[in-house]
Amino acid sequence: MAMLHTVNKSPFEKNSLDSCIDHALEGSSILLFEDGVYGALKGTTISDKVSQAMGNVSVYVLGSDLRARGLSEERIIEGITVTDYPGFVDLAGSHDNVQSWL
Amino acid sequence: MSEVIKKFMYVNRKAPYGTIYALESLEVVLIGAAFDQDVSLAFVDDGVFQLTTGQDTKDAGMKNFSPTYSALGDYDVNKIYIEKESLEERGLTLDDLQDLKYEDEDEDWAEKDSIRLVSREELAQLMDEQEVLLSF
Repeated sequence: MAMLHTVNKSPFEKNSLDSCIDHALEGSSILLFEDGVYGALKGTTISDKVSQAMGNVSVYVLGSDLRARGLSEERIIEGITVTDYPGFVDLAGSHDNVQSWL
Repeated sequence: MSEVIKKFMYVNRKAPYGTIYALESLEVVLIGAAFDQDVSLAFVDDGVFQLTTGQDTKDAGMKNFSPTYSALGDYDVNKIYIEKESLEERGLTLDDLQDLKYEDEDEDWAEKDSIRLVSREELAQLMDEQEVLLSF
């Protein structure tokens, strides 16, 4: 069972991303969108945890939500894949299940 | 109009776009500017993300309200406090934020910085000095 986890809340306001990472099994994926995109930033209080998780899981971030917030792709942790709405749909389709961390 | 001038502080603690708080705060600040009060804005926690430069909401299908912050100076809203610790926790510096200015009518309309970087401790003191605090 490969799960797609989605996170749409800021990691500085809620522990959704923190808890998601703690529950994501090896081989699953995490997609950051809406305020969740702040979890993809380099040099923050949570970036080390995200980098470590990337040894086991694939992390994606929605480009349009990054751009809306003035965050360029150079600010993103290396190894995170920037995707778009069709990519979001493909991820949902290619995984066995989707879990939303609100 | 009103001869009583109070110290008002708007406290902004939410990121833009994910919730309506940031936009609503900005609307209230602009409406409130008509009442000639001593107004300041504080950007704390995720609120610092409201002022990032280069916001482009085209593909996200939302209104980009970030250019409006640069109009605050024209409404005599020129005390914008940014909390240093909040920036650092989020991997940001002042260079990542809009460079907001105002023209000082007491000094021949000289252009001055509206942005004031303050520590958490300094901001706590500033909050303590207010008569009205509005939180978003």
